[in-house]
Amino acid sequence: MNTKKCFINGMGCISAQPTFENSFLENPQIPTNVVDFEVVKPNYKEFISASALRRMKSGIKNAVVASSLAIKDAAIHPEKIEAIITGTAFGGRQYSDEFLKRLVDYDEEYLSPTPFIQSTHNTVGGQIALNLNNHAYNVTYVNSAAAFSSALLDALLYINTAQKSNILVGGVDELSKKSIERYRLVDHYKLEKDKNFDILKTSSTGCFPGEGAGFFMLSKNQQENSYAELVDVQMKNDLKVEDLNQFVSSFLSYNELSIKDVDVLLLGNNGDENFDYYYEKIENIFTTSENIYYKHLFGDFPTSSAIAFWIAAKILKDQHIPEVLYKTAEKSQQKTYKNILLYNQYRGKDHSLILLKNV
Amino acid sequence: MENLKKELKEKIIEALNLEDLTPEDIKDDELLFGEGLELDSIDALELIIILDKDYGIKLDDPKKGKKIFESIETMANYINENRSK
Repeated sequence: MNTKKCFINGMGCISAQPTFENSFLENPQIPTNVVDFEVVKPNYKEFISASALRRMKSGIKNAVVASSLAIKDAAIHPEKIEAIITGTAFGGRQYSDEFLKRLVDYDEEYLSPTPFIQSTHNTVGGQIALNLNNHAYNVTYVNSAAAFSSALLDALLYINTAQKSNILVGGVDELSKKSIERYRLVDHYKLEKDKNFDILKTSSTGCFPGEGAGFFMLSKNQQENSYAELVDVQMKNDLKVEDLNQFVSSFLSYNELSIKDVDVLLLGNNGDENFDYYYEKIENIFTTSENIYYKHLFGDFPTSSAIAFWIAAKILKDQHIPEVLYKTAEKSQQKTYKNILLYNQYRGKDHSLILLKNV
Repeated sequence: MENLKKELKEKIIEALNLEDLTPEDIKDDELLFGEGLELDSIDALELIIILDKDYGIKLDDPKKGKKIFESIETMANYINENRSK
């Protein structure tokens, strides 16, 4: 069990819902006729200079704005940030597509520098640091659906071992039309005909792609306005469904909790009939918790756990679960939400457990 | 020549993603770097690519760039005298 504590002191979230407006899904936009979940765009010009903005695609813009919101929320001076840790599976996906297209169209000549520079994964963390004039530890994790949880784990270890206090950590990914077409060809993304599909009534493969950015100020010091405590993170790249029980039990046991101590289970169901059985299995283990989901509102992307992390922290602070997140009409009369467990996997890989506790 | 200047302005706006500007906003003698449009070194690389790709001009001496890329006027003059496309 971790001996040092890690508190969430500030958050910023840009997603397919108006999460940057400091509301908590009070007026959720429930999509019934979309295939891709694009973000609700904030006014980027309020956060980023015009000269920088013209070289940014949506992922970098969303990450810079989300990180600015998190820093402001935590009321911390940017100079005091001791690490910037980013998780992104696709990096600058739109610029990657643009760069590759030019490579083909112009027979590997006339390659424009901007798409090349801005498509690299660590550009996100770099742009955040440039925006803040921050020279601290700056690392990017790119390992697919484990990218955000890896960033969180690094932040936890950094707080535990390096005696650091203030860490900015986040996850970000962006949509790109060309990439979506390619992923549809291999059935990773759902088709136009599935767009009115209820993701809990699985009858097709793949997911509805989404995009977004969630950034968080983590600290070993609790503040009056802290949202929650990040207790632990664990990942398994490969896990058979029959080993899920053991994975969860040992994680909880390490953190001195039992199944019944988990008040809310936040699941990453994405409606992929080939892989959602993992979520059915874990729900069978947690029979006393409130089981909720979120990808029907946000779409799915490799770092969508950052959105789940934002939701869980909000629930713990507000002690309220928005109705739209419930998987069934039956809601238990929970007194206090103390522990929330996040479970996510993508296509049977990159299983992650994230445990948050109220403060 | 006027058509070339207009075309250049459109290409620059598109290549440099100057989405708040129209060709009419850029004066022919306005400085592109430093003051005026306030372009930077990455933009200079984009302009070199425009010369090569669209007008068949390879800039073999980078020192010439400062004079050529001074304004739309100087760029258009250079293209007019040296273009192969």
